[in-house]
Amino acid sequence: MDKQFTNILPIFKREMKFYFDSPMAYVVIIIFLLFSGWFFTSNFFMVAQADLRVIFGIIPFVYLFVTPALTMRLIAEERKNGTMELLVTMPISDFSIVLGKYLAAVVLLAAMVLPTLLYAITVAGLGDMDFGSTIAGFIGLILLGSAYLAIGTYGSSLTDNQVIAFIVSWLMVFFFFILDKILFFLPAWMVSPVEYMSLEYHFQNIARGVIDTRDVIYYLSLMTLALFLASRSLAARRWR
Amino acid sequence: MIEISNLTKMYGDQTAVNNISFSVKKGEIVGFLGPNGAGKSTTMKIITCYMPPTSGDVKVGGLDAREQSLEVRRMIGYLPEANPLYVEMNVIDFLFYIADLRSVPKDRQNGRIRDLIELCGLGDVLHKDIGQLSKGYRQRVGLAQAMIHEPAILILDEPTIGLDPNQVLDIRSLIKRLGQEKTVILSTHIMTEVEATCDRVIIINKGSLVADGPISDLQHDFAGKAVITIELLNPGTGVDKILAKIPGIEDAREIYDPSGAKLYRLVAAPGKDPRPDIFDTAVTLKWTIIGMSRETRSLEELFHQLTTTNGKR
Repeated sequence: MDKQFTNILPIFKREMKFYFDSPMAYVVIIIFLLFSGWFFTSNFFMVAQADLRVIFGIIPFVYLFVTPALTMRLIAEERKNGTMELLVTMPISDFSIVLGKYLAAVVLLAAMVLPTLLYAITVAGLGDMDFGSTIAGFIGLILLGSAYLAIGTYGSSLTDNQVIAFIVSWLMVFFFFILDKILFFLPAWMVSPVEYMSLEYHFQNIARGVIDTRDVIYYLSLMTLALFLASRSLAARRWR
Repeated sequence: MIEISNLTKMYGDQTAVNNISFSVKKGEIVGFLGPNGAGKSTTMKIITCYMPPTSGDVKVGGLDAREQSLEVRRMIGYLPEANPLYVEMNVIDFLFYIADLRSVPKDRQNGRIRDLIELCGLGDVLHKDIGQLSKGYRQRVGLAQAMIHEPAILILDEPTIGLDPNQVLDIRSLIKRLGQEKTVILSTHIMTEVEATCDRVIIINKGSLVADGPISDLQHDFAGKAVITIELLNPGTGVDKILAKIPGIEDAREIYDPSGAKLYRLVAAPGKDPRPDIFDTAVTLKWTIIGMSRETRSLEELFHQLTTTNGKR
């Protein structure tokens, strides 16, 4: 059997170039910062606490719309243009193709989230801030966003239509997003497993300042699963 | 170099390729001939590891295309039928991108790409976006892309489609030159292309192999009746009837020519050459022959015969 990790660098570089050579990256980053900034400042003074709980509460929601937009074209576009045929006949494994593209989206996400550290610096000037939980919170944000992106990458691999890729990805992400918000309606025995499956529950754990391996493993396994499924769906040409 | 045994590919319950076997030796240029939808592209897609066969084996350079697909892909340069390219990239960036994907060492990329630009005549369009290029230029970019890693095997799905006649000649001579050291499989439905470039032809129809062999052998096997065309200067009437009586001629008829020339098309019996008799007859009857030509069965007719009657040899 072929190895799964091959030359991912050219694919990664091309996607990066695509993001940053076009207005795409800048538009998405600006929209993200506008939304998160607006939500942050509008509540900040009412809470009157030197922490970032507000922003950590709102970003997972903003992610819900931004991440499918980042990933919708990744694979769908190659399918539409037929360039997938070129790509999969190169000596590069399906998984590496998916991984290279996905990692470019992760870097863009990091570039998007990083400026929100400015909020942390602002807050630090206003009172005592728990640096531990702030750093943990940002790591959590990246992990959470990466999990969203992995699901979005899978969504993009299912179709050659970017709009459908966006909607499918959004629905899948929304499913994981809503899980810990509906616990109230569930019978008691379901609460714990459903909570464990929810994306944001693990993030809130991390944002409290404790990076627990269980939470990290949850994200990593979700990403691996989504990327694996995406590479299987690339190989779906083989079922025909 | 390439060995294909009992290859079958089903799309759902439709059979695209039906139990095909053939092998291609190193350095051969093989023409893959068949009408549209015969299974040419499907077979090529299987050899290039785009998709696996439903059943059967593909071995490239001794390696199994399914088990060691990455190694097989390394050996092959592929020009897909639709020639998909990244339309938003410019030519030079695209070639470097493919060189990276193909893991061509950095220090050899510049030289390699320079050679290909010259070979494929891309000098004028290097910094244009591929989306703006004409079909001919795109086809050349596709060829350059397929050759960038100096593959031992080239698989070209309709390489001259969309090119103007001069470019077609260029590409054909390029393929012939490449064929001296590389193994080439090219598909086409243009017969003259196969006659001009290939050592050997494989004809498939409706997914099945109907003929395989050197072009001259095939022509010999399937050849039969030669067609003779003569042009006479002001003969009398009833010429076709007289001609038809000459031994060795099966059929003779006058063909209408708008310029007023008197042309006759004669079909000779298999293995007979009645031209001397035609000449003698003309001399006795005082006809002036101003043109006479003889054609054997062309590959085109052969192809037509093989792919319409669905007959196996």
